[in-house]
Amino acid sequence: MEAVQEIEGVAKKNQVWAYVIVGFLTLLTMATYAVNEYYIYVAAYLWFGFVYGMCLQYGRFCFSSAFRDLFAVGVPRMAVGIMIAMVLFGAVSAFVTATGNSTFHPAPYGIHSVIAGFIFGVGMVLTGGCASGSLYKAGEGNATAMLVILSISVSQALFASVGGWTNNLVPYSWHQTAVARGLPASINAGDGWVDQYLAGYVWDQPVTRFSKLLELRNPFVASFVGDVLVGIVLPAAVLLIGVYLIWYRKGYLRKRAAARLPTAGLGVNLTGYWSMIVASKRTAIAGLALGIAAGLHMYVMKGLMLKFGVTNFGQLMQEMGITAGLSAKGTVFDPGYWYVTTQEAQWVGWVFNKLGADNMDNIYFGLENGLPNPLINPADWMSLALIGGAAVMALLSNEFKWKGTTRELAMWAIIGGALMGIGSRLGLGCNVGAFFVRVSQGDVSGWMFGSGMFVGAYVGVKFFNWWTERKMAKEMAAFEL
Amino acid sequence: MKFEKRNEGLYALDVCGYVCPHPQLYTKKALEKMKGGELLELVFDNASSGESIAAMCDSIGNEVVEKTTDSGKYTWKIRKIAA
Repeated sequence: MEAVQEIEGVAKKNQVWAYVIVGFLTLLTMATYAVNEYYIYVAAYLWFGFVYGMCLQYGRFCFSSAFRDLFAVGVPRMAVGIMIAMVLFGAVSAFVTATGNSTFHPAPYGIHSVIAGFIFGVGMVLTGGCASGSLYKAGEGNATAMLVILSISVSQALFASVGGWTNNLVPYSWHQTAVARGLPASINAGDGWVDQYLAGYVWDQPVTRFSKLLELRNPFVASFVGDVLVGIVLPAAVLLIGVYLIWYRKGYLRKRAAARLPTAGLGVNLTGYWSMIVASKRTAIAGLALGIAAGLHMYVMKGLMLKFGVTNFGQLMQEMGITAGLSAKGTVFDPGYWYVTTQEAQWVGWVFNKLGADNMDNIYFGLENGLPNPLINPADWMSLALIGGAAVMALLSNEFKWKGTTRELAMWAIIGGALMGIGSRLGLGCNVGAFFVRVSQGDVSGWMFGSGMFVGAYVGVKFFNWWTERKMAKEMAAFEL
Repeated sequence: MKFEKRNEGLYALDVCGYVCPHPQLYTKKALEKMKGGELLELVFDNASSGESIAAMCDSIGNEVVEKTTDSGKYTWKIRKIAA
């Protein structure tokens, strides 16, 4: 009797905290709106972040797992989940795009996309989670995940502004091109590795979407046939065939044989393929919800931009009389959709700036994204609310648990987080911004970054296999197996 | 991480405190090194790893015979598929 009451007691406490978090975010929304209606713009980012956090935690939706667990333990759950989410997101976005309401801009594609994805892929295996994954796991009370976020934030803030000796690592052609671009003098484009990488190389790379490649004139046909069918559904279906054949089929046929069912023929394999797709209901539901929410997010942000007559939140900040931290163009980071990493770089960059660092003389902070106070940074609220949404979901299922870190895990968190930070700056996005979103929008660079992640994850898993084998051997020396 | 032999045919693996992918990697290796029919008592506290471990066992045919949860700590008993 007492044990049962104790368990109910734990659940009650969790419920209370869940209400506290939701209540806080609700009060914040209402109070800021009462001060100025422009705060609804921040609130939109906040609540979509909250939804992402809830879905990610519920579905244990992890991009790192998608690649890593295929190689590490032969589990295709998340690879399937991501494909489902991308198709849904793509479908909703196609409609949004075709009606002229998209906030998305495709990114320059090239070999750099693949290299960036590779570096990011290694990092996300070492840390145990991707960028959004680390946010949602932080919401579960996981200190290692919090350390990963810190590492991603600091590494980006440093990488984006570092010059000095790193300038020697820049090809001269990049330097020349960057300097000749006529950027504001305060930005000093000829100094800084990332500045010269962007202004001297990346900005000259081609940009395209599948809808453009196919040259279909009707916007709806272009978006649905080009971006969704050719850009997402076909590649995803083919990739999943590969996943089925390599990692799922053997187990599926083994179970069929045990149940004395036929194990040969196309029909069997088609059933098997479908069984793989629906194997995890939780993941599929989370994927569906995330895809739809991400699409709606774009639609809502575009609506707010039209409503207030702006293209960037920086303009609203100026009208509110808040100019501290704006970029040279008068803008702040305002992606218009689900995006992680830049806002993480920004809050650390803001702290460094307050401590006296001169870090507004670069493209990333000084020209494009600014260093606004984190409390007024819409994307920072998206990340914070993502953590909150994950925490609420975890609390409601009694999965919230404060977990400390260990020296070993802290080492992987810091190294992996730094690789993720660097990879995301090189790729102009993380697993969400540079892969999930771009593939879903038909941006050619999306699959390129993804292919880099695929190889990077493979290398990361190989490394961890070696590392864990060593530790296993030490444990087993004590007994005979 | 602790991996020890309790008895003939019974092993214990404790990967509490670890995040992905360590719990699933260690579980996979422990099961690979055991003989068919032997039992592994696994303790972990990372919910996401549970998804992978369950799927991995299902695919290979290792049976999760018992699952208990206590405030975020999961104790699973897994029987390796008979040879």
